[in-house]
Amino acid sequence: MSDLDQPPVGAPVDPSGLGPEVRQPWLERYDVAAKAGGLVAPVLTALLAFAVGGLVVLITTGKNPLATYRAIFEGAGFNWFLPWVQGTERQAAAFNMQQTLIITTTLVLTGLAVAFAFRCGLFNIGGQGQYITGAIFAVWIGSSFEGLNPFIHVVFAAVAGALCGALWAGIAGILKATVGAHEVISTIMLNWIAIWIGVFLFGLGGPLQNDRQEFVPVSNDIVEGAKLPVFWGDPVFQGLHIGFFVAIAGLIIYWLILSRTTLGYGVKAVGFNPEAARYGGINVPRNYFLAMAISGAFAGVAGAMDILGWQFRLGQDTVQQATIAFVGIAVALLGRNTAIGVALAALLFGGLLTGTSTRNLDPEIFRPELASNLTLLIQGLVVLFVGADVIVLWLMSRVRRRKPA
Amino acid sequence: MTDAAPTVLEMRHITKRFPGTVANDDVSFDLRKGEVHALLGENGAGKSTLMNILYGLYHPDEGEIRIADKQVQLGSPSAAIEAGVGMVHQHFMLIPVMTVAENIVLGDEPRHADVFLDIGEANERVREISDRFGLAVDPKARIEDITVGQQQRVEILKALYRNADILVLDEPTAVLTPQESGELFGIVRGLTEQGKSIIFISHKLNEVTEIADRITVLRRGKMIDTIPAAGATEESLATLMVGREVTLRVDKNPSNPTDTLLEVRDLHVFDDRGIEKVRGISLDIRAGEIVGLAGIDGNGQTELIDAMTGLRRAASGTVTVSGEDVTTASAHGHFEAGLGHIPEDRQRRGLVLEFSIAENFALHDYQRTPDSRFGWLFPARLIERGARLIKEYDVRGGGPHTRAGGLSGGNQQKVVLAREIDRDPQALIAAQPTRGLDVGAIEFVHRRLVEERDEGRAILLVSLELDEVLSLSDRILVIYEGEIVGEFTPDATEEELGVAMTGGGRGEEAA
Repeated sequence: MSDLDQPPVGAPVDPSGLGPEVRQPWLERYDVAAKAGGLVAPVLTALLAFAVGGLVVLITTGKNPLATYRAIFEGAGFNWFLPWVQGTERQAAAFNMQQTLIITTTLVLTGLAVAFAFRCGLFNIGGQGQYITGAIFAVWIGSSFEGLNPFIHVVFAAVAGALCGALWAGIAGILKATVGAHEVISTIMLNWIAIWIGVFLFGLGGPLQNDRQEFVPVSNDIVEGAKLPVFWGDPVFQGLHIGFFVAIAGLIIYWLILSRTTLGYGVKAVGFNPEAARYGGINVPRNYFLAMAISGAFAGVAGAMDILGWQFRLGQDTVQQATIAFVGIAVALLGRNTAIGVALAALLFGGLLTGTSTRNLDPEIFRPELASNLTLLIQGLVVLFVGADVIVLWLMSRVRRRKPA
Repeated sequence: MTDAAPTVLEMRHITKRFPGTVANDDVSFDLRKGEVHALLGENGAGKSTLMNILYGLYHPDEGEIRIADKQVQLGSPSAAIEAGVGMVHQHFMLIPVMTVAENIVLGDEPRHADVFLDIGEANERVREISDRFGLAVDPKARIEDITVGQQQRVEILKALYRNADILVLDEPTAVLTPQESGELFGIVRGLTEQGKSIIFISHKLNEVTEIADRITVLRRGKMIDTIPAAGATEESLATLMVGREVTLRVDKNPSNPTDTLLEVRDLHVFDDRGIEKVRGISLDIRAGEIVGLAGIDGNGQTELIDAMTGLRRAASGTVTVSGEDVTTASAHGHFEAGLGHIPEDRQRRGLVLEFSIAENFALHDYQRTPDSRFGWLFPARLIERGARLIKEYDVRGGGPHTRAGGLSGGNQQKVVLAREIDRDPQALIAAQPTRGLDVGAIEFVHRRLVEERDEGRAILLVSLELDEVLSLSDRILVIYEGEIVGEFTPDATEEELGVAMTGGGRGEEAA
């Protein structure tokens, strides 16, 4: 569906193919619904994705989708919120919740990266590359400078990660601002450059490859002092690290920049209407660059948090297989580029990823090796339905119209 | 027209509701054979809704339609065409690469053996209709090669080819030059002489009094009155349309110009395709005068304004705002130097429609105190100014938090006007400041521009509406193919300006 102006299938088709005036009532209603649907539409979108995902489960495996979703719910530790869950069950739930929140932390930051660029009218598809460059610098700084004050060490590594991400995305921003190169193309290319830099650095004989394990393509572990403190759960068993608060701070910063600073005003003006921004005296290319750089900083911090918080090392395979930044696109889309929306969408996807990981799913209920594909399926459906939210809104308007009749 | 002419169309007690609004509230309308019946009303008065009902695009909630004394159900445009209704929309529905005849017969083609398009027959039939009604269109010409005025005639032909007896013309002159409008009126008279009946939708009072036999005025979905055009004055119609007394004539004292505030010297500007659109223009606009720039669209006005406001780099020449050379300054630099700019397209350029009214007021100044300090924005101050300007400029339809895109065109323009004037500029460029506005809003904008002139601002008014240029300006310049080809006083006639606008006065003009 490329032309969103077209009414979806089944809508009253305008037989004369007439201009905007004739289509207006429908579009007007869409406009109203889009505003009223600030919360309703994303929730419906998610529910619709889960429903279709459930159908796929039912048809392809014959398993009960509700039981599957319940298992995912518990695997993600969401039952920790239920007060009647007690004893060992509660401990397990707490552990699962910690894992969910660790992933949520990353998703909030990569989601914000995509969302910030969106607000400037840019599609930053290069969160992955920015995440990787951030992780590379975090692992390099984290595994060097042994004996440095832990606070300084952590801040240094995190800031370096942010700056690297900003720089990486900034390249695409500069290209967009100066020669008009489309950011989708340039960020995809930068993703591959980042991946191959990582492969080179951590590959056998690479400059950052492990000193002691000569035949393992992985970095050195970061030193103890560079690890983020764990504030919930056992540090040995991957408890929740304080990067969680960095993500919350990221949400607040995101909101503050966009609604309380001149920078945010300029970014939004350019995003909504670059021609009006230019007329108004706003430097449009500069805002393209800044929006990309800030976007990249969020993704870079995400990479640094993963390294400093729970991965502690970066392997060649991780660099090649990391897809967490792409989930950030779905998070931003479902969260409608608002801080609160990104937070909730990140929690949803964090729970899905944790709940469907092989470790957390009972094979009796659903085959674990299929489960992560279910996550991908739902993720894809969300992106599809968000892109086609016209359909969701149209369904909403149909339901509303039927009621009085 | 005599009252004896039979009634060909009757729309009785039509009511059409949309969520939250009644677009047509018990509207009755009738059309007699061979008359021009004008449908007059401000934007949003319900003219288009009524005509879309007639054309089968909407279904009325209440009321009936009778054509030739028979009640009809117009469920679709094809049913309307079947019933003899033809419509010429403001935006043409033509395929540019196809010929006139191909466009006209499309969907109802003469065929050989029921299969192959008989293009010879098509050309013949189009030529025959064209000659009968004096439309003078070459059936074999391609749409992309003919003028807008001719394209409009193709649309009329399309309806006639389908045997329309009732023709709806939706704001037909909006896209035409004054000369083309004159020709259109000739065609309309020819059509009525041959028994066709015309519904003429417009919000331009002078046209309506010129062409119509009867006039029906709509206001906010209600039918106000149907009156004979004979005896109706522009003032009386405006009062019916707006619902209160409207001054159409701009009352102003003679100008008293002093220092030159806006100066352009030998400016040359190229467009995006590298064509020289401004070819050595020099202007002096002094404090306390309105200089009107008249011209047909596309003669370099846009490029001239862009170069004067920092949105496009001039190839050579200078632009000076109250003594400061701003030729190479950014758009921001121009605003800082004391220039205000009401852009010709308020939706594309003048406003960020997704922003609130208050945010739109801050477009030029958000980086300065009191809007912000050290990059920190103070939304409360934006709201405060928003509330003040909304009151001062009588912006209706919302408060400071309302999205600018939710306002009507006239109120959007008030927002732009308020923003530009409130910055207290030395010089003001107003490009098409009343385009698409209705009478009440036009009156407001005109009054405000004259007030600003009297405050001592230098105002350049660029407009495609000749009567606007004539009534507001203290001096009139005519632009033709990127050059100033004549200077006139406001007592010049439209004909004199029209000749200069089409290059006719070139060379012989003694400036």
